Amino acid sequence: MEKDNQGVLWEVFIQVKAGRPFKHVGSLHAYDKEMAMQSARDLYTRRNEGNGIWLVKADDIVSSQSVDDEAFFDPSNDKVYRHPTFYKVPDGVKHI
Amino acid sequence: MENAKKLEAFQAKIDADIKIEPKDWMPEKYRRTLIRQISQHAHSEVIGMQPEGNWLTRAPSLRSKKILMAKIQDEAGHGLYLYCAAETLGIKREQFLEWLHEGKAKYSSVFNYPTLTWADIGAIGWLVDGAAIVNQVSLQGTSYGPYSRAMVKICMEESFHQRQGYEIMVTLANGTKEQKEMAQDALNRWWWPSIMMFGPHDADSAHSNQSLKWKIKRESNDELRQKFIDKTVEQGEHIGLSFPDPDLKWNKSSGHYEYGKINWNEFWNVVKGYGPGNKKRLAHHKDAHEEGSWVRQGAIAYAKKKRSIQKTA
Ligand SMILES: [Fe+2]
Ligand SMILES: [Fe+2]
Repeated sequence: MEKDNQGVLWEVFIQVKAGRPFKHVGSLHAYDKEMAMQSARDLYTRRNEGNGIWLVKADDIVSSQSVDDEAFFDPSNDKVYRHPTFYKVPDGVKHI
Repeated sequence: MENAKKLEAFQAKIDADIKIEPKDWMPEKYRRTLIRQISQHAHSEVIGMQPEGNWLTRAPSLRSKKILMAKIQDEAGHGLYLYCAAETLGIKREQFLEWLHEGKAKYSSVFNYPTLTWADIGAIGWLVDGAAIVNQVSLQGTSYGPYSRAMVKICMEESFHQRQGYEIMVTLANGTKEQKEMAQDALNRWWWPSIMMFGPHDADSAHSNQSLKWKIKRESNDELRQKFIDKTVEQGEHIGLSFPDPDLKWNKSSGHYEYGKINWNEFWNVVKGYGPGNKKRLAHHKDAHEEGSWVRQGAIAYAKKKRSIQKTA
């Protein structure tokens, strides 16, 4: 018999409640979308953990390198004007 | 030189309680230790289903059968979370199974003991899951991100496992004379294997120091064992059961229980594969895996066929 395998790796994202962002909860192995969805339901939502599931094949995820490569995230620190605290607001001005 | 610098930065991250993620640089020994520990943990969850599965068809009521099924299903899930965490270290799932089948990877020795009566199901939930929980609560703080996240999820699910086991013990302890004897007998047989689950004493533990320094483990074997004993003794005494250790006694000044000598010969004997159930557990796992091959083959073929239909459509 041909050597079998455990299917490909999928990453699972769950939305806890409508309106909330989907959050990564773990991974699973499956051979196709339907099986991945069924396994995700059985594995990750047995206790009302959420009402929405996203599945992505791990191979299709594009990710940044590790935090050890600082250069990639460096620009966020020299552009302080991206943060509201950078701006001066006259005393007494509210709701801005 | 390069490595010494990296190692220093790595330790600084660990000391600052920053989790290590799969793509981060890590010492080879850190990776290897995690691969061994996480896969051993995963195998334990999976093999651990066997002694409990033994009583599924003989559970004394529909209620207890449903509970036991739900618990065993959780354990399968725990195995899967942990295999996935281990896979982030660059080893494939198939490889982990191969190492298990070849006897190169271990699982917790406690699952090599047989479940002779229904009371054993109570004792496993109360003591074996109880000990596992003490260990896993501590491991939520492990330094490797995927392992830590798996532990958080597992701990959430474990909370009913120990209670359902204790409930069985309570029921039996309050039952007929025979039922109470059954509960006592199960406690007698499972007590020592449970406290051995924490592994050798700190002084004899080969991997412990480095693991604590890298925060793979957060507390030592003996610290965890002591926590478990301190919690569990009162629970047993509360329902009129006694522990099979004449040296077990409360030490007022230390605020802990003292306990007798652990029979490490038995422990190492079972670790090395001569326990009452080692052969059976492994053979059963292999059979189940091999007999499931046609399902995997079918699923692979089906997925392939669907992909080709999509392409031509
Ligand atoms: Fe578990
Ligand atoms: Fe459990």
